Amino acid sequence: MTSSVAGHRSLPLQALLAGFLILWIVVAAFPFFWTLWGSFKVEGDFFSRADWANALTGPMTRAETGGAFTGQGYYGAWITNEFWRAGLNTLIVVVSVVTISLAFGTLGGYALARSGHRYVFWILMIALVFRAMPHLTLVSGYLLPFFQWNLWGHLPTAIIVLVAINQPFTLWMLTSFFQNIPKDLDESAMVDGCSRFQAFRLVIIPVMWPGVITTGLFSFLLAYNDFAVTAMLLDQQNQTMIPRIASFLGTTQTKGNVMFAVSAVVSATAPLFLLVMVFQRQIVSGLTAGAVKG
Amino acid sequence: MTMSIRGLALSALWGTTALAGAANADCGIAAGKVSIIGNDFPAVHTVADAAAACGTGTVGVKTNLTKDHEKLNAPGMTANPAEYSAAIISSSSLVTLMSAGLVRPLDDLIAAHGADIPRNQMVTIDGKVMAVAFMANAQHMFYRKDLLDAAGVAPPKTYEELLAAAGKVRDGGTASPFCSTYGVGWNLGQEFVNMYLGMGGAFFKPGTAEPAINNEKGVAALEMMKALSGYMNPDFLTFDSNAVTAEWEAGNCAIATLWGSRAGVLMDGKESAPGVAENTMAVATPSAGGSSFPATTLWWDGWSIATNVSDEDAAASFLAMKAGIAPSILTPDTMGQAVWMIEGYQPTPAAQGVAESIAGGAPSYPMEPYMGAMHMAADGNIADFLTGKEDAATALADIEAAYTAAAKEGGFLK
Amino acid sequence: MKHKTFLWFILPSAVAMLLFIALPVVSVLLQSVFAPHEQVIREVEKCDVFGCKKSTTVDVEATAALSEGAPLGRFVGTAIYTDRNHLALSEIGAIWSSSKGPGDFLDQIFNLPFYGALAFTLTYTALVTPFAILLGFCIALAVNAIPRLLRGPAIFFSLLPMIVTPLVGALILFWMVDARGILGVALQSLAGDPDLSVKASTPLMWAMLIVYGVWSSCPFAFVVYYAGLQTVPQDTLESAMIDGATRWQRLRYVIIPHLLPLTTFLVLIKIMDNFRVFEPIVSFNGGAHAQSLSYFIYADLTATNKLLSSAAATSVLTILGVIVLLSPVIVRTRRSFARAAS
Repeated sequence: MTSSVAGHRSLPLQALLAGFLILWIVVAAFPFFWTLWGSFKVEGDFFSRADWANALTGPMTRAETGGAFTGQGYYGAWITNEFWRAGLNTLIVVVSVVTISLAFGTLGGYALARSGHRYVFWILMIALVFRAMPHLTLVSGYLLPFFQWNLWGHLPTAIIVLVAINQPFTLWMLTSFFQNIPKDLDESAMVDGCSRFQAFRLVIIPVMWPGVITTGLFSFLLAYNDFAVTAMLLDQQNQTMIPRIASFLGTTQTKGNVMFAVSAVVSATAPLFLLVMVFQRQIVSGLTAGAVKG
Repeated sequence: MTMSIRGLALSALWGTTALAGAANADCGIAAGKVSIIGNDFPAVHTVADAAAACGTGTVGVKTNLTKDHEKLNAPGMTANPAEYSAAIISSSSLVTLMSAGLVRPLDDLIAAHGADIPRNQMVTIDGKVMAVAFMANAQHMFYRKDLLDAAGVAPPKTYEELLAAAGKVRDGGTASPFCSTYGVGWNLGQEFVNMYLGMGGAFFKPGTAEPAINNEKGVAALEMMKALSGYMNPDFLTFDSNAVTAEWEAGNCAIATLWGSRAGVLMDGKESAPGVAENTMAVATPSAGGSSFPATTLWWDGWSIATNVSDEDAAASFLAMKAGIAPSILTPDTMGQAVWMIEGYQPTPAAQGVAESIAGGAPSYPMEPYMGAMHMAADGNIADFLTGKEDAATALADIEAAYTAAAKEGGFLK
Repeated sequence: MKHKTFLWFILPSAVAMLLFIALPVVSVLLQSVFAPHEQVIREVEKCDVFGCKKSTTVDVEATAALSEGAPLGRFVGTAIYTDRNHLALSEIGAIWSSSKGPGDFLDQIFNLPFYGALAFTLTYTALVTPFAILLGFCIALAVNAIPRLLRGPAIFFSLLPMIVTPLVGALILFWMVDARGILGVALQSLAGDPDLSVKASTPLMWAMLIVYGVWSSCPFAFVVYYAGLQTVPQDTLESAMIDGATRWQRLRYVIIPHLLPLTTFLVLIKIMDNFRVFEPIVSFNGGAHAQSLSYFIYADLTATNKLLSSAAATSVLTILGVIVLLSPVIVRTRRSFARAAS
């Protein structure tokens, strides 16, 4: 349907749009491709203080490794430093956070969208104020009680904290999505004798996927890229990828290995590419299907 | 004898296993739980690994080595029982733990189990041993022999000479001959601490938490920092240790002040431009303002034992940490990881800068409980002076005002 | 919906938020009005591996005796909020009476840490929020216009600024804009100034942080708008076309009104996020040129002498700032809720 609208676009406008999009994609993706390329060089080239073009030609990479490209960064991160362990932990954290966030969020968001009582506004406002709280302050407040009750350091603790921190956003986003789903859908189901929960499960869940997937994408990115919570609440052996990458960067007193961090970041982006490819269809098809009824 | 890398690795593995087996008996721990928190760098890993080798069926040893150790150790040791029974700390972080009463005096444990710990490794406060040190560190001077020779200057002994030398090197074509960690965040404060103490200044009125930096020495220290910044890369306010290391390796600096623990990296020839590493010399920090000692502060790393653990766990932790810093941890591999304060340490050329700074009588980093607030107040208020937004007296007044507010909050000042 | 049903639906979410956000918020409020007890200082001799010297230490027992029965600390009321490192009320009074004119008055005010940081934070929020949302909207329109097959990759590449962890992303960008990095050199040749360094000048550092802010946060607006565009009612669009509406009119009267609720949502979220900016300042080592309220919180919490009360007070001030900035949007939302309820 949208493509049929696009079909009527005049040629100059299409050229303008395409030009703009290409420009944007270059701006958005260039640093990443620069990094991808540089991850196969040594630090002295990628972060060359002599000439930026060294990152392209790689004289030090040649001098040190004998070839124009090197897999040292990847080998060091994945094999020597067992980065895959951190990847595994991230997988556990991310899957749990997304699932629990969406489970809590869809229930709450649905209720907020359908209630119509005055307190709904205030609940949403309080959630907003909660979200304004700087994460750093929250996390430093958790430390003492978590240590005292022996909750510190475990994956479930970090997961539930990330879920809670993410709830205000999830609630807001899902509430606005549910508000767009017409009320008569579930109300007619209830007239047919369904309970509220049955109506939610049988009528709403099937049409809510687009909103859920978009919200899930943000939960995913929050959990995936979180540093404040995971660095402070997880023990060394339960570390996720981002704190692990941070530890490759060294300390004030000692030098780290930046190329391990660069390679780790590049390789951690690959699964995301697949993920977006899989779910972008869902976003489009699901949403359009839901919209037809609107 | 030739040995393949794989064979070497295998034998090293067997070596540690055998060592660990022997160490179990050697640690002399009957039972108890040991949990160590510390920073994340190779020397600390060496110590923690040796301590972890004390683990047996009845003795559990856990380690958590992370860059965020200073944020985690206090809350972790406040819990009762404490999450961490031992903390690997440095000069400044010991003070935080001690002020909150989170680390215990070690005298009883030393009497019972630690007769063989050398006296000079012990950190004694008010007559009580509160920590055992195992390595030293300081920011000291590096210079490029070839560049100074080419400019016809001798390695500077004072900062005044350094300015003159930097000028001559610049005339020879090196645009930014001096490199130092002037980045805001923590480093700039540390540079001021070094320079101000180096000029013979004192941060506080004796015996109190009253600030006392708005004086001639404070002004002189700031003016020297500004004069130095004239020879630095224009981006100097963003320079941290990584930036200075990279600048040095690229051959852009003739003289630098940087942490001694990075000397090994500067001298190893990896990632360096041709001719840089072999001409890199590590020596004492210059003195400043007519003082007789290097304008730097000495740091130590050591360990302490938590207050909030049972005596059994405390004894187990003490023994494990003692094993962690035993002379046997010094192998050809670990020797270059730090300037060890352990018997049997053979200084490498990279250790010379720290050793000379110690020998020259540089002061150790101040251990007043409110020093951290002063450090951060200085860090946050010097950039305005260095960029020319305000004069030295105003900057010093700003530091004192920011410090006073923080110290009042902390209960150190009324 | 019945109150009871509502309660069951909202319960899991509410419990999580109460435990992990509401309780900490209460403790932060308490912490901002209670400071640590007076510390009893004693002069002692300290000996380390480098020798002995006179120094001071906290007398732990005497201090503990002082704090007996008051575990929260010493009640200081609003003293922390008004001290020099926060609202600096008495300092402002002194500057007011001593300043030599409005220019000098403002200079001195912005030299106070809180107001200096507020100036950057507000500038950043005021510029990044609209530009990121507008750019995101344009990208969404453009992506929506390309053939379906290309959309997946286009979405992925557009998301990259948001996906790559700022920890390393900022590190690499920081290097790219260096005077010797690829972007820095490009800027120099564009400006025709071989000595141009983004990191050495305050205005350029601000500009870089703001550009980075727009770059890294417009993908969020893009995804939300893109999802929203899929739900634009096609029948309305088609009937508008039959009525002879131009492309611009359709955009103006059908698409934009349809996306208005999403825009409200984006404005709320983005103002809030931008007001709490601090990660780019830390990653770009920009503390010499730009500070923000959250940067102070970070500094207070990571220092050797942790200033928990100060961090708590700054956090509360941040929340109040967010509420003030959001109040127009909140009032609007409230009206629309009232309309929906009636």
